[in-house]
Amino acid sequence: MDYRTLTALELGALLREGSLSAAGAAKAGLDRLAQAQGRSNAFITVTKEDAMLRADQVQRLLDARRAPSPLAGVPMAFKDNICTRGVKTSCASKILGGFTPPYDATVAERLDAAGCISLGKLNMDEFAMGSTTETSFYGPVQNPWDPSRVPGGSSGGAAAAVAEGSVWYAIGSDTGGSIRQPAAYCGVTGMKPTYGTVSRYGLIAYASSLDQMGPIARSAADCAAVLDVIQGRDPRDGTSLDAPAGGLLSGLTGDVRDKRIGLPADCFGDGLDGEVRAAVLAAADVLKQRGAVVEEFSLPVMQYVVPTYYIIAAAEASSNLSRFDGVKYGWRAQGYEDLTGLYNKTRTEGFGAEVKRRILLGTFVLSTGYYDAYYKKALQVKALIKRAFDEAFRRYDLLLTPVAPTTAPKLGESLNDPLQMYLSDIYTVSVNLAGLPGISVPCGFASDGMPIGAQLIGPALGDAAVLDAAHAFQLETDHHKRTPPLPGQAAQKGGDAQ
Amino acid sequence: MTWETVIGLETHVELATATKIFCGCTTEFGGDPNTHCCPVCTGMPGTLPVLNEAVLEFAVKAGLALNCAVTRCCRFDRKNYFYPDLPKAYQISQLYLPICHDGAVDIRTAAGAKTIRIHELHMEEDAGKLVHDPWIDQTRADYNRCGVPLIEIVTEPDFRSADEVVAYLEKLRSTLQYLGVSDCKMQEGSLRCDVNLSVRPAGAPALGTRTEMKNLNSFKAIARSIQYEARRQIERLEDGKRVVQETRRWDENKDATFAMRSKENAQDYRYFPEPDIPPLELSEAYLDRLKAQQPEMAEARMARYQADYGLPAYDTQMITAQKALADFFERAVALGAPAKQVSNWIMGEVMGQLSARGLEARDMVFSPAALARLIALVQEGKLNRNTAVKVFEAVFEHDEDVDAYVQKHGLEQVSDAGLVGCVAEEVFAANPKSIEDYKAGKEKAFGFLVGQVMRQLKGQADPAVVRRVLRMKLEQN
Amino acid sequence: MKITEEMVDYVSVLSRLKLPAEEKARMTGELERILDYMDVLNALDTAEVEPMSHVFPLKNVLRPDTVEPSFARPTLLQNAPVPDEEAFLVPKTVE
Repeated sequence: MDYRTLTALELGALLREGSLSAAGAAKAGLDRLAQAQGRSNAFITVTKEDAMLRADQVQRLLDARRAPSPLAGVPMAFKDNICTRGVKTSCASKILGGFTPPYDATVAERLDAAGCISLGKLNMDEFAMGSTTETSFYGPVQNPWDPSRVPGGSSGGAAAAVAEGSVWYAIGSDTGGSIRQPAAYCGVTGMKPTYGTVSRYGLIAYASSLDQMGPIARSAADCAAVLDVIQGRDPRDGTSLDAPAGGLLSGLTGDVRDKRIGLPADCFGDGLDGEVRAAVLAAADVLKQRGAVVEEFSLPVMQYVVPTYYIIAAAEASSNLSRFDGVKYGWRAQGYEDLTGLYNKTRTEGFGAEVKRRILLGTFVLSTGYYDAYYKKALQVKALIKRAFDEAFRRYDLLLTPVAPTTAPKLGESLNDPLQMYLSDIYTVSVNLAGLPGISVPCGFASDGMPIGAQLIGPALGDAAVLDAAHAFQLETDHHKRTPPLPGQAAQKGGDAQ
Repeated sequence: MTWETVIGLETHVELATATKIFCGCTTEFGGDPNTHCCPVCTGMPGTLPVLNEAVLEFAVKAGLALNCAVTRCCRFDRKNYFYPDLPKAYQISQLYLPICHDGAVDIRTAAGAKTIRIHELHMEEDAGKLVHDPWIDQTRADYNRCGVPLIEIVTEPDFRSADEVVAYLEKLRSTLQYLGVSDCKMQEGSLRCDVNLSVRPAGAPALGTRTEMKNLNSFKAIARSIQYEARRQIERLEDGKRVVQETRRWDENKDATFAMRSKENAQDYRYFPEPDIPPLELSEAYLDRLKAQQPEMAEARMARYQADYGLPAYDTQMITAQKALADFFERAVALGAPAKQVSNWIMGEVMGQLSARGLEARDMVFSPAALARLIALVQEGKLNRNTAVKVFEAVFEHDEDVDAYVQKHGLEQVSDAGLVGCVAEEVFAANPKSIEDYKAGKEKAFGFLVGQVMRQLKGQADPAVVRRVLRMKLEQN
Repeated sequence: MKITEEMVDYVSVLSRLKLPAEEKARMTGELERILDYMDVLNALDTAEVEPMSHVFPLKNVLRPDTVEPSFARPTLLQNAPVPDEEAFLVPKTVE
């Protein structure tokens, strides 16, 4: 049986029935990983032995019919910016080389308690800065649908690993679209929950006010099951909300009748690829057929979201990444003369170009004489963006937009023009600025065979409504069930299989 | 020309919380390097700060006691700079919306009464300690102090002399100790002071260029450095030179300030709102609750001791200068000891022992109960005052039981007139000359005879009894 | 806005990055383009808008003042690139 076509929940059901063992599931994942890794490079660290030991432990719970969650025994993996006790955590950066956290991220603890089996740590853009997973110190990740293309980023390893079938779900992080955009490029489902609903404790910060972890999986229902485990107040994260958690999976109805769905016209204008536009509008039609009321409206703040996002994210990043200095952990340069030399050499050689660009940008916008013009201005525009979304949600239950202007670009196309790469984040960053939940669901394929994603956005704490609409869409469509070709196998639809 | 010295103070005070400001590690002083640390206070990746509720409470209490306005909506900011004592490379502090502002402290010096305005009071975290090891030519970073909660209290440039600065610091220390928010131990660095000083021709409206002095760890150092630095600046100006705005370090041994090597780059801390800590919004009810908890401060106690116990103003000032002494006084009095006696003992013997042993009043183990017992024994005539002092000195360090000590050493006073009479007869027999002198009206001879009797009785006789018995016998003689 | 290499030098010193000449020249141009693009925000009148640092009306998140065990020192030091039994080591810091 080809388990890779199953969703995480379907695999979990097999494990609970006993028709598959946890070790069998782990081995299926690891086999697939071994087969794909050479090409996709989705993993930075594979924890094979730990996974098999863990499978035995979880199997005992399954045997005793005490599965702690519907995901018990299902193989998964963490993006490599999520701290896992005793397992190397690198942020795909040279500067964190060899860093092994003596503590777990709260999400890792919660998933552990839910019976997860982690196969390892996933490749990503260095410090989650990038939209292609090409800035990784450990080399780029290839898109499972077409190895000449990027998987998106920054959670590119996570999306690729789920798409290629090495794991059934993954935990990524999303600061400006880093879960949703690679999910779209890889034809899987990825959700960024409401800011503050998933503890950030143990997530190595890029931009603290925007970072949020979430699932990448095969379906909205899988995402709901993962969020049921990882959401909820954590006393170790001061920004974690005291909101009710759990019950997302059991609350899925697939009913979108009379739901008002707004299509921001400003997300369907210039710069959007025609095939992507058509696929997203077709998704709107599907929801309409299921009874939703779909309407276009104008959201002019969209033109300000990218600069606002990059000012705030770079400013916070410049501060968050200052602690990487070769003193307490990670890599230290050789051949320095004094303290300043140690700092300069370690940081200059330890960070990649994109990270340095954002540190310099962030330092600049916070520096004397420029704070008001850039950083303070961005915080003011952020308030206006939040206000515009609040207004939109007085009229609509959900918004529907594209995830990215195009399908996955070719490897090597994006890094030459950083500004162009930043601009491609236009549809995803506002969700982070306003702290909203957003999901990316596969909604079709372009003529070149590459997947296209549609984004559903909800009001703050409207995670259940977002998931339910995505679920409704997936009850009606099968884009999310498509899997990319295995190496050496013909693509299902125009894929560039090699 | 007459010059005027203008001084402003930035005082860092360590709060007496059990745990650090953003994690559960202990704030205990000492400890081997890096043993009071966790991933949060050592700035490990992915860790997050969560504010200690006691820090907020203590900061607000301090602000209220310093007559500050409390910022009802306040926030933390990040101050960014690289130094190995700061593991996150930013200090979580408050720049834009400090917790308290616009306060006032009344001080009194020989020059009279004065009000020092408080510009602001804010919360922040302490940094670690760097110790250079010349043997390996490396510096060791110890993060035990990282994240210890501080309040920084910034005054307006209202001081004109070292006397005023010291009076303010004494007042500040007393206030914070009475509140219980800090123990203000300068030698452990829990009260640290930076002095901003400039001089100007007397009467000039504009301020001169100021220097900032650091490394001041005693009131004495503060007073001396102010005198030194004012003189240095005046001399420069009188020589037609400029004062350079810089940070200077006080060198206790050389009795002088030295310019610190300026960091190689401009200070640009790039403050911005700390995204990891949600803002604070303090309710009226919260502030009311803290106001209701404000204890009775030194001035109020002084007034009460004068009114209730009839103590002289001088005594009350001495006793209330340190909260621990005032508390000691009150407990001893509550045990029935007469207030004036307690006050005399505190100002005399107790303070004498403390200063001889270099002890702080709050670290004293000698108990109010022991003092009350000593006073009672003297009053009951069971111990004479001199013996009581000796007993006090003996039991002070470990607070041994007074009665047991007296008994063990057989110090109880002889007030048996019969025994005194017998001894008197012996003394008379041995000193006929003195008796003659006494009869000739030489009162000095009486003193000598008393002394002889006391000596025979090893000082354990009640002097009043001795006098009475001797007079009687001499009259009969 | 014109971004000069001097400005890049200034932020490089603040952020402890020391770019080789070629990288600095390229970065200067890129930063100028990026910052130019960010000037679109100036089209918005924000004079009356309160800067928003935190999106949610979350307030007063506090922790009780209860001591929790610290970490074992070897655990804290295990990731330090230059080892010592008791501390993190750095080159001599100058007063």
